[in-house]
Amino acid sequence: MEVPRHWRIRQQRYSLVGEVCPHCEAKIFPPRDVCPECGGEAKTRFDFSGRGEVFSFAVMHDAPAGYEKTTPYTVALVKLEEGPVVTAQLTDLGEQPVEIGMPVEMVTRKIREDEEERGVILYGYKFRPVLK
Amino acid sequence: MMANRVMKPARAVGIVGYGAYVPRYRLPAKYISRLWEGSESGGPVKEKAVAGLDEDVVTMSIEAARNALARGQIHAEVLRAVWVGSESHPYAVKPSSTIVAEAIGAGPSIQAGDWQFACKAGTEALVAAIGLVGSGMADYAMAIGMDTAQGRPGDQLEYTAASGGAAYILGPAEHSLAVIQGSYSFVTDTPDFWRRAGQRYPEHGQRFTGEPAYFRHITEAARALMEEMGTTAADYRYAVFHQPNTKFPQRAGQLLGFQEEQLRPGLLSPVIGNTYAGAALIGLTAVLDVAQPGDRVLVVSFGSGAGSDAFDIAVTAALPEKRDLAPRTADYIARRTEIDYATYARFRGKLAE
Repeated sequence: MEVPRHWRIRQQRYSLVGEVCPHCEAKIFPPRDVCPECGGEAKTRFDFSGRGEVFSFAVMHDAPAGYEKTTPYTVALVKLEEGPVVTAQLTDLGEQPVEIGMPVEMVTRKIREDEEERGVILYGYKFRPVLK
Repeated sequence: MMANRVMKPARAVGIVGYGAYVPRYRLPAKYISRLWEGSESGGPVKEKAVAGLDEDVVTMSIEAARNALARGQIHAEVLRAVWVGSESHPYAVKPSSTIVAEAIGAGPSIQAGDWQFACKAGTEALVAAIGLVGSGMADYAMAIGMDTAQGRPGDQLEYTAASGGAAYILGPAEHSLAVIQGSYSFVTDTPDFWRRAGQRYPEHGQRFTGEPAYFRHITEAARALMEEMGTTAADYRYAVFHQPNTKFPQRAGQLLGFQEEQLRPGLLSPVIGNTYAGAALIGLTAVLDVAQPGDRVLVVSFGSGAGSDAFDIAVTAALPEKRDLAPRTADYIARRTEIDYATYARFRGKLAE
């Protein structure tokens, strides 16, 4: 695993830290320092609430490298309350069926661990059905 | 005997925020007894909480810590310590606490470290946090007790070794939802349960874990604290004891003169199992979820090896408006998906490669 690459973006991965555009107020995730709405410079930190809803989803049976141990799992496009759409795994579904429009909330979970049990553990955001 | 056995900070300290976490999955004891004993007679608890495939002490601590911050209504930047007590830290070398701190937005001007003392690692961190705030070195400090405990397949511990725990923010008493009135710890070298370096599962001294270990340390710690505080069991609305099963805390309560109803709200082991470093602390979150201003609570942890930390806690008028700012302990317990032994074996990494 490329440790420095993951280390650099740990804040956005752990807790959905993005940016807000000082010109047009658009909320930006992932952070990219340029507003995708108005093209202005946008470097102001913004902590997303973590609330959103399922925009679309797919169940993964044939997983890419590093994710094989947790199949089958559900990947969703989650539309955040503040606007941006993020791609993330859904978790803690139990026997609950996934539906488009289902309200979800962000949790920080293990994303994957490489090199069997010798490598670094990668943590990051996933979404689950709203607890309460 | 030394004078001033009870530890009281120079500056009054209290619990500013608290948060619980219990994973979604439950393994009923009857599935374990069916496999290893050929009957559905069950075990020392009804069922235990099991962490999902993507959960560990770090992820569970992060959620409990976020709940504690929500109730405390403070920003993580004001924390001067994030301490995680556990016997199942995901790394042997690399602190869980730095990951938790970064995820909740604390640091980098903090103390961070992982505590280890079997089932009392979390309350050991709590005592340290009381000291840090009480000395004036910090205004706010976080102490977490969390575990994803493991028992060897077929061992008695497999019935109870569970996942869960709680996080606490300690701060100035005047901003707190419950005040720490005093604490006392009782520790001896008693090898009732251990896990050697590099070993996956713990060993234990069978019945040696009872009288000379659990009961001696719990009762000595509780009696000394109550003696020094000038209290009896009747002065406490609630009591929480470390809960490795259902019977031990009930018996400890009887020995100390407590009634069943004083123990009931904080006795979670029948439905979530033994969450080790989280057990006494999550018992306390369940009590704080229902307690009223003025209620007094006795909490006594136990960690093998062995020792107990006892706390005398008084609920303030700030609690009622704080408790609904995050999910209650009962909300997590109600979120329940039953799993069978095969799913449990997969979730807990017990399948051979």
